[in-house]
Amino acid sequence: MEFDVQKIRQDFPILSKKVNGYPLVYFDNAATSQKPQVVIDSIVDYYSNYNANIHRGVHTLSQVATDAYELSRQKIKKHFNAAKDCEIIFTSGCTHGINIVASGFSSLLKKGDEIIVSAMEHHSNIVPWQMLCEKTGVLLKVIPMNEDGELIISEYENLLSNNTKIVFVNHVSNSLGTVNPIKEIIDKAHQKGAAVLIDGAQATSHLIPDFQELDVDFYVTSAHKMCGPTGVGILYGKEEWLKKLPPYQGGGEMIKEVTFKKTTYADLPHKFEAGTPNISAGIAFGIAIDYLNTIGLKKIATYENELLTYATDQLMKVEGMKIYGTSKNKVAVISFNIGSIHSYDIGTIIDKLGIAVRTGQHCTQPIMDFYKISGTVRASFAFYNTKQEIDIFIKAIKKAKMMLS
Amino acid sequence: MMTIELIQDEIIDEFSMFDDWMQKYEYMIDLGKSLPLISENNKLEDRLITGCQSKVWLDAELIDGKINYTADSDAIITKGIIAILLRVFSNQTPNDILNSNTNFIDKIGLKEHLSPTRANGLLSMIKQLKIYALAFQTQINK
Repeated sequence: MEFDVQKIRQDFPILSKKVNGYPLVYFDNAATSQKPQVVIDSIVDYYSNYNANIHRGVHTLSQVATDAYELSRQKIKKHFNAAKDCEIIFTSGCTHGINIVASGFSSLLKKGDEIIVSAMEHHSNIVPWQMLCEKTGVLLKVIPMNEDGELIISEYENLLSNNTKIVFVNHVSNSLGTVNPIKEIIDKAHQKGAAVLIDGAQATSHLIPDFQELDVDFYVTSAHKMCGPTGVGILYGKEEWLKKLPPYQGGGEMIKEVTFKKTTYADLPHKFEAGTPNISAGIAFGIAIDYLNTIGLKKIATYENELLTYATDQLMKVEGMKIYGTSKNKVAVISFNIGSIHSYDIGTIIDKLGIAVRTGQHCTQPIMDFYKISGTVRASFAFYNTKQEIDIFIKAIKKAKMMLS
Repeated sequence: MMTIELIQDEIIDEFSMFDDWMQKYEYMIDLGKSLPLISENNKLEDRLITGCQSKVWLDAELIDGKINYTADSDAIITKGIIAILLRVFSNQTPNDILNSNTNFIDKIGLKEHLSPTRANGLLSMIKQLKIYALAFQTQINK
């Protein structure tokens, strides 16, 4: 199939909208992606035709809904090449997944143990672990990064020791776009007997991690950055690890037997899926994956890389431009500032011209502190964006710069 | 001295003359440049308003029963917004400030900045202006 961006754009109803009187230019894809009609339709279809609670009803609708939900789990398992369905835990998103693991580890770790984070994490992959440290007295170590926004692997090797119990790093940095060498990070941790959690929030819309090949212990991602709905994501965990971790929340669905004396927990994956899940979103997640695979993640990556190169070249022509995150291995995310102009000012002006970008710290204050800046403007592209949109964006940036200088 | 209400009407009048958003924002950027600045020594943690994507410092002193506000921000548009607020509230009595409303923000088309999702913290600024007024009012009543 040829990559026809105009045809693809027709799949996304929102892309033909006007914002503030201008055609929408949506460059905030790292925050959330837009949704194709098939995904939207699948949610309407669920509520219109087979809404029922899953996993417990004997009636027909409940079985239809359960089948659809479990089919989605199978699709996700296949997409990421997990070994078993039960290793795919539905969550509300990455943050939820990280909290399940961090909270579980707090009962496995003790004082004297060490855990390792990277300098370029989203707050959601820092705070749950700091909470673990407060609770257990475990030591948190940080893999530093260089000026290009790349992790310094030799420093990582120095941090690893026999006391290291778990390493948690993002696959792709949300504010810099850097693709981290996770295979290397995982292998090195395993040599010391430490587990690894990878936060794939920013990765899975651009590439397909192969869970078994990576030999990763935990991997979390969210549907809403992959053209799926908000409020659903997955925690992948190796079966042996998921069996070791205690349940995160108590409630229905996650139990085998309940008496007032003692409750026994359900098997995987239900042990971690307490309560009625976001059924329609779980089903739509599977549809979103089908949609991405119809286009092909490889084609998406190639096209997005073209956009990245084009936008970077055009931006660099703007006087005073400084781009943060200049690794050779990065996805289509550009964080920048122009001279001393505040990112908030630029974001406000170009919003008036129909352009959506993110401004500020992007929930990565340590990165901003590293570069000694208050924030950046972040433009993040998806496969439905075009070079024409980048031209409009560049023009708007220049206009903002003129007004604000 | 003009009342808070009269100043608000004056601002609404000025903003009604603009044909498009660009003129409005250019005007705000200009206003930002005339903001009565907080002294550098007073740019302290406790004068920093939280809930803003840009940094905002706000200080106040009571002079002859009226509050004199000074402020600063690292973003120009934010500075413009504070300048408008200070034009309305500075040099007024604590009591008048506490009894005033901020409907004019809606009328000059800056309502979007009032939404809690907006990162500029206009709401926090107004709250902080009023907290100063309340503090001085309490002091006067003692």
